[in-house]
Amino acid sequence: MKENAIEIRNLTKSFGSIKANNKVCLEVKEGEILALLGENGSGKTTLMNMLSGIYFPDSGEILVHGKEVTIRSPKDSYDLGIGMVHQHFKLVDVFTAAENIVLGIPGAQFMNMSEIKKKIKALIDKYGFEIDLDKKIYDMSVSEKQTVEIIKILFRGANILILDEPTAVLTPQETKRLFGVLRNMRENGKAIIIITHKLHEVLEISDRVSVLRKGEYAGTVNTCDADEMILTEMMVGKKVELNIERTEPENVSEKLRVENLTCINADGRKVLDNVTFTAYSGEILGIAGIAGSGQKELLEAIAGLQTAEDGSIIYTKKDEEPCELVGKTPLQIRDMGIALAFVPEDRLGMGLVGSMGMTGNMMLRNYKRGSGPFTERKYPRKLAESIKEKLDVVTPGLSTPVRKLSGGNVQKVLVGREIALKPQLLMAAYAVRGLDINTSYTIYNLLSEEKQKGVAVIYVGEDLDVLLELCDRIMVMCDGHVTGILDARTAKKEDIGLLMIKHDGKEE
Amino acid sequence: MDNSVQEPFIRIARREDMIWWKAWIIRGIALLLSLVVCAVVIFAIVKMNPINVYQTMFKGAFGSTRRTWITIRDTMMLLCISIGLAPAFKMKFWNIGAEGQILVGGVVTAACMIYLTNFPTPLLFLAMIATSCIAGAMWGFLPAIFKAKFNTNETLFTLMMNYVAIQLTSFAVAKWENPYGSNTVGIINSSTKIGWMPGLFGKEYMLHLIIVLALAIGMYIYLKKSKQGYEIAVVGDSENTARYAGISVSKVIIRTMLISGGICGLSGFLAVSGASHTISTSTAGGRGFTAIIVAWLAKFNTITMIAISLLLIFLQNGAVEIASKYGLNDYASKMITGIILFFILGSEFFINYSLIFRGGKKNKKEE
Repeated sequence: MKENAIEIRNLTKSFGSIKANNKVCLEVKEGEILALLGENGSGKTTLMNMLSGIYFPDSGEILVHGKEVTIRSPKDSYDLGIGMVHQHFKLVDVFTAAENIVLGIPGAQFMNMSEIKKKIKALIDKYGFEIDLDKKIYDMSVSEKQTVEIIKILFRGANILILDEPTAVLTPQETKRLFGVLRNMRENGKAIIIITHKLHEVLEISDRVSVLRKGEYAGTVNTCDADEMILTEMMVGKKVELNIERTEPENVSEKLRVENLTCINADGRKVLDNVTFTAYSGEILGIAGIAGSGQKELLEAIAGLQTAEDGSIIYTKKDEEPCELVGKTPLQIRDMGIALAFVPEDRLGMGLVGSMGMTGNMMLRNYKRGSGPFTERKYPRKLAESIKEKLDVVTPGLSTPVRKLSGGNVQKVLVGREIALKPQLLMAAYAVRGLDINTSYTIYNLLSEEKQKGVAVIYVGEDLDVLLELCDRIMVMCDGHVTGILDARTAKKEDIGLLMIKHDGKEE
Repeated sequence: MDNSVQEPFIRIARREDMIWWKAWIIRGIALLLSLVVCAVVIFAIVKMNPINVYQTMFKGAFGSTRRTWITIRDTMMLLCISIGLAPAFKMKFWNIGAEGQILVGGVVTAACMIYLTNFPTPLLFLAMIATSCIAGAMWGFLPAIFKAKFNTNETLFTLMMNYVAIQLTSFAVAKWENPYGSNTVGIINSSTKIGWMPGLFGKEYMLHLIIVLALAIGMYIYLKKSKQGYEIAVVGDSENTARYAGISVSKVIIRTMLISGGICGLSGFLAVSGASHTISTSTAGGRGFTAIIVAWLAKFNTITMIAISLLLIFLQNGAVEIASKYGLNDYASKMITGIILFFILGSEFFINYSLIFRGGKKNKKEE
């Protein structure tokens, strides 16, 4: 029997009257990978934050290697050998990998860099990382940065690792590499907790799965006894259907034609380079690519929020002459009578007003309704009510600031409002990022419904399995270029993965 | 339990929204506590009966009809400036240039009083109000257009505009010096009272009260109900969201600062035509900065600002009375004001957060 690296007993943490964690129990053994599953707001992050010293529990016990401990600060957590890799990396951009790894380590004023590098090298060989220690962080890909974070934690002597959604930003190939490293660590007796929303990854990598549901501990199963259905049922508490209904596109006609679109950002870098594609009504066009390959800029350019250097965006209204969108502001586009809905990546920073309630946010798209200087409140309130009901938005009230809602509910408010515009073209960027399975499928099916109504849907996603299941065609972007447009019904995940890192026909 | 590391003695936890009346009870307790602490301080330093001191304070502000009306006049003046700041602050445009906007409003009002003596009264007042608003609006427009076009820092810009306004006022004072050599303007039109704001219903400052209260209500409705008020709130929350919604951010910034500066300029008119009947570099007297405190304490709600302005002016006028009656210097009375403000501001912490003491949590859970 292996020893418990961490044992959590009846840990409780409340925020106001909301119990984020209620008597949660958890065990991780040495040399084991434990997957922590749960819907949004089920308390995974709160639990991990208590382990890493960010929150202090209201009651309950934490045992590390069989000894009861009190974790008051991140330093206490480090001293106990617990290390966490956050979703947002905490690295110094202008330092090299090696410099970042030794940063903040107590000891002598002067360090022997070559000595230290030798030590890091040993670690790298032991676990099978691939990294150039002298490379600066700003030159690195997301996957490399993540590697640096993990090595940093190991170098500090951590033997309990917590990884918060590590695969969200990786290509399939990179995920495979990461899992290889994790397996090596397991062989070396490290205890690993991995938080992820992707069930197939859970099944692939973990030994056991613990599930949280609404802040409570819902149980643990051995991965070999589990499948996607069982896990989903544990997370949601009831049987759910996880199917995306994909119909054949009907009444396909050209809706949007983008030709040779080029955009330059504030630093003078080409964020979009000669992008050409067509979106048709009645189909979902998926856009795949590593985050930051120009997806955001492309959607913003179409919505009139990004100035195009060159190229054209032609929108075809029903039974009317096509019109040019380049050079138009969002207001002008709307005044042209173009029903364009846009669910931006940054929900609270662009799509919604965080300090306003649902009603206030419903007004965002049409606060100018009606004549006179005053806003009309009746229609937005009715709309807010109907969205709340239709999409099961959990909110204390229609005037509760949406900033205070959980990620899934925020997204429902945003998607609901955009669909209520009765769009002809619907663009959504990372519409399910950070959402739980149930909400994600609600969103997928909403997009499918829109497609069946004859809307042209453009969907930027990161989960390739979902893109392959949901979309009709998939366009792959890399570094501002379009590297391929594939038929989603026949394309393979590996092909898309390769296109995601391809530059002008040359592989990197 | 392993006692090498202990639970922290006090922990801070965020509360969820408190019911309004509970919040007001906490604010009330804070006010009482501040009076107790002040009493201790008063007794320790000057060995006087604190109750007497408080009575004197009250008398200073509301002791007679005349004093009450002066307190009202000062409150309205401060309130008017705070109302001016409200839309800018709601937009997260940190206009700390109210001081300068008041001064330029005051200078042009004084100019009207000096040069337009042959105008019929209604026309003169129209001129004073219009020019003071325009002058204040110009002082708000300059930082706004630079912010909108070049994204310059509005805090520094509006602050610098204050110094320009002070120099401009000095220049005007030197030009209008009366009597010659006194380096002051003196009371303008002291015999003819041309351009002096009239009273209403026999009360000297009734018109102030009506104008400013109407402004407070008007601004409240403007910010809460109007389309422009909605645009201001969206821009204040996130400029990206505003662009996404098709709101022209630079247009909103400029328009809002014209309004903000205009109202602050109007307070300059109130100060010169309605109160001092003179102009000097101290006409604004720091009220442009005090109004920032009012605006923040009221969370930019112009109705709440009425109460906050009244409290601050009460403390100020009361303190002056203590100072003169007991022969204390100004600083002793300002300490009292400081202590009271400290407690009121501090009470907001207890409204938003709760403290959890070591060992005490079990009992608390069972409550």
